[in-house]
Amino acid sequence: MKSAVVQLPGLNRDRDMIAALTKIGGKAPVTVWQTETEIPAGVDLIVIPGGFSYGDYLRCGAIAARMPVMQAIKSKAEAGVKVLGVCNGFQILLEAGMLPGALMRNASLKFVCKEIRLEVTNAETDFTRAYEKGQILRCPVAHHDGNFFADAETAERIEGNGQVVFRYAEGTNPNGSLNDVAGVINERGNVLGMMPHPENLIEAAHGGSDGRGLFASALDVIAA
Amino acid sequence: MIKARVTVTLKNGVLDPQGKAIEGALGSLGFDGVGHVRQGKVFDLELQTADKAKAEAELKDMCEKLLANTVIENYTIALA
Repeated sequence: MKSAVVQLPGLNRDRDMIAALTKIGGKAPVTVWQTETEIPAGVDLIVIPGGFSYGDYLRCGAIAARMPVMQAIKSKAEAGVKVLGVCNGFQILLEAGMLPGALMRNASLKFVCKEIRLEVTNAETDFTRAYEKGQILRCPVAHHDGNFFADAETAERIEGNGQVVFRYAEGTNPNGSLNDVAGVINERGNVLGMMPHPENLIEAAHGGSDGRGLFASALDVIAA
Repeated sequence: MIKARVTVTLKNGVLDPQGKAIEGALGSLGFDGVGHVRQGKVFDLELQTADKAKAEAELKDMCEKLLANTVIENYTIALA
């Protein structure tokens, strides 16, 4: 399984993401710069990491979503390649119209950086097979704009389709997200966006490895 | 040259925590009876054209593609 990590000015979680993909997949991902118009051949998983692309100017992820590399990512996604966006990566996927809804300023108006509990609400996706439905994971969050919003019709549709893959477990919603939504997948099931950072909980040095299953699923290296 | 102003505001029904905080701050400054404060963005632009219809069409396109996130925001366009 070949993976790629997208790099844009202001993203700062790319090295964590590269480390997670390398350690779990056994092979370093290729890196793709924002001006590139093609994703290298043979890539089966494209990851957009977190950070503050373009200083969060205009709206988080808004400018990054209009960069040339996003057209290349869109066409790969249409061809069935898996795409994962974490934190700012999630914001970018929403701004690019690749996922439904929007992320707004946290209800508290404060930046939140802490550990939350994450419930796996759909364990039948290519990103969550290593988990069980209803499993509660520990996971760090660090964001200012993670307050998920969708209009009533869209919210009902994504709930009905099982597109809400992760929810903040009861009492740990850090940002006011509608229905405690923490991660959303597209209808086809190959584009996932999530606010929490699974790449920051993959080994003993992190204090736990609950995030490993996501990469093991996406990279197709789930231990037997 | 045409000067334009684009105003972007949150749609009705979209919670606006920043507007709420501003409303609270106005109350604490002694401005009584202020309700439903909503905040938004204003963009002033200059377009190198004299054709108003073309300018409006282009501004609409700019709003749809970048200036507003139409999932949560509305926009209005005013030409000077």
